[in-house]
Amino acid sequence: MIVLDGVGMTYEAASGPVEAVRDVAFEVGDGEFVALVGPSGCGKSTLLRIVAGLRPATSGRVSVEGRAVTRPIPNVGMVFQAPVLLKWRAILDNVLLPAELSGLKAEHYRSRAEDLLRLVGLGDFAAKFPRELSGGMQQRASLCRALLLDPPLLLMDEPFGALDAMTRDEMNLELLRVWGEAGTGAGRKTVVFVTHSIPEAVFLADRVVVMTPRPGRIARVVPVGLPRPRTVATRATAEFGQLSLEIYEALTAAA
Amino acid sequence: MLPGVLRRYAPSAVLFAVVLVAWQLAGPVFQLREYLLPGPVAVVRAALNFSIPWHEHIWITTLEILGGFAVAGVAGVLLGVAIAWSPTLARALVPFLVFVNTLPKVAVAPLFLLWLGYGIVPNMLIAALIGFFPVVINTAVGLTQVDDELLDLGRVFGAPTWKVFLKIRLPNALPYVLSALKITATAAVVGAIVGEFVASQAGLGTVIVNAQTNLNTPVAFAALVWISVIGLLLYGAVGLVARWWAPWADTT
Ligand SMILES: Nc1ncnc2c1ncn2[C@@H]1O[C@H](COP(=O)(O)OP(=O)(O)OP(=O)(O)O)[C@@H](O)[C@H]1O
Ligand SMILES: [Mg+2]
Repeated sequence: MIVLDGVGMTYEAASGPVEAVRDVAFEVGDGEFVALVGPSGCGKSTLLRIVAGLRPATSGRVSVEGRAVTRPIPNVGMVFQAPVLLKWRAILDNVLLPAELSGLKAEHYRSRAEDLLRLVGLGDFAAKFPRELSGGMQQRASLCRALLLDPPLLLMDEPFGALDAMTRDEMNLELLRVWGEAGTGAGRKTVVFVTHSIPEAVFLADRVVVMTPRPGRIARVVPVGLPRPRTVATRATAEFGQLSLEIYEALTAAA
Repeated sequence: MLPGVLRRYAPSAVLFAVVLVAWQLAGPVFQLREYLLPGPVAVVRAALNFSIPWHEHIWITTLEILGGFAVAGVAGVLLGVAIAWSPTLARALVPFLVFVNTLPKVAVAPLFLLWLGYGIVPNMLIAALIGFFPVVINTAVGLTQVDDELLDLGRVFGAPTWKVFLKIRLPNALPYVLSALKITATAAVVGAIVGEFVASQAGLGTVIVNAQTNLNTPVAFAALVWISVIGLLLYGAVGLVARWWAPWADTT
């Protein structure tokens, strides 16, 4: 469980302080899938970094699994907004990096890494180098890297932002499968998923958190009651359209 | 294939040929004596005249250059690592290294001879002294100029500092180091020759000094040719190693 309480972040830049987020409070339950939407620059990436313990918030409290976050938290899969691949490593070795960095035997994860790459359609690119892949392919590789150690918590920053609509929809379904949608709810991962796409947020999430422009505050939290497992047909339902409209209105009202 | 190679090398080959022809014609046309400007034919004849023990001189100078290059490379990388590793070490070392680098090496060379005597070692050290600085700077820069998000990646997976250093910082620095070594390759050639100029019994620099005293200019030119052959080979070798070892960097 993730708890944010009165979280604020002001960057001290050379040109003066920048207040990125202000007084943000919400919770993400265990096994819950929460999507975060908001205009560019409202502090979504900032919030993910705070939750991951990569940057300390300048005010408020953050805790994960009951423990206050004061440094990078363990057992988290992080997909950065940029793919952040090591350009001197082949794709497979990039995907294996988490194992190496956390002191595990990379050899033991090789077949899992290969499976993950196949899953996202990069089976033939394991031996290629990052510069030989398109932006969207690099993003998918970085998703595999985040999933390698099968972490119970996923923090994802626009992981499908560079994909075409078709591939994106496919990836959404795969992500839900990896998340554990098919099960009863036990064993599901906890996910915080940043996106600019309202339909994507509605399709994936249990709840959508809508943020205001900078300094980012929470404008609304929209529960998504759509039944699971969700399918291609889900997107065509009236409720889906209704929820999308609701979020759209919350975004424009906040602007 | 062939047109590509042609397009790449033709311009420099043409220029080279034009210069050679002009050079060969300059002597007769301007009625220059051979000791003022020997033509390329005379120079090549001197370079291939093996009554002069070229192979010995080439060997000595090559050893000095390679030794100086190796010392500069190893010392440069170690100093760069030290600077990147600890801010305190950086504050201590950098002003000192800048001071050493601004010393005129030609003026330091006699001291080296005084301390170390004749032989290839002082010349090696002069070569190293001229060539090490870019390696220090580029190593330190390559180790520290790492994308913030790459370092975040290390923190997300709880990687210890040494592991981040080994798996992220070091490979990140590799192209920087390799491009500094290209500069060092040329600098080491200069250093070795400077050392030989100051005082030496053998080596291509010594050949030049002696040839000039005897007004045997073709031999001096021939020594220059051999020096540039060594320099070009070393530079080319470093370039090849760079392309093979760090193919992700677009070095030229
Ligand atoms: N390291 C930093 N130093 C100074 N200001 C920063 C820094 N990082 C982010 N900011 C500022 O904080 C604000 C929020 O940035 P953030 O990256 O969190 O936005 P975002 O919601 O993720 O935007 P986008 O949707 O475009 O990715 C922005 O105004 C940005 O200028
Ligand atoms: Mg962002």
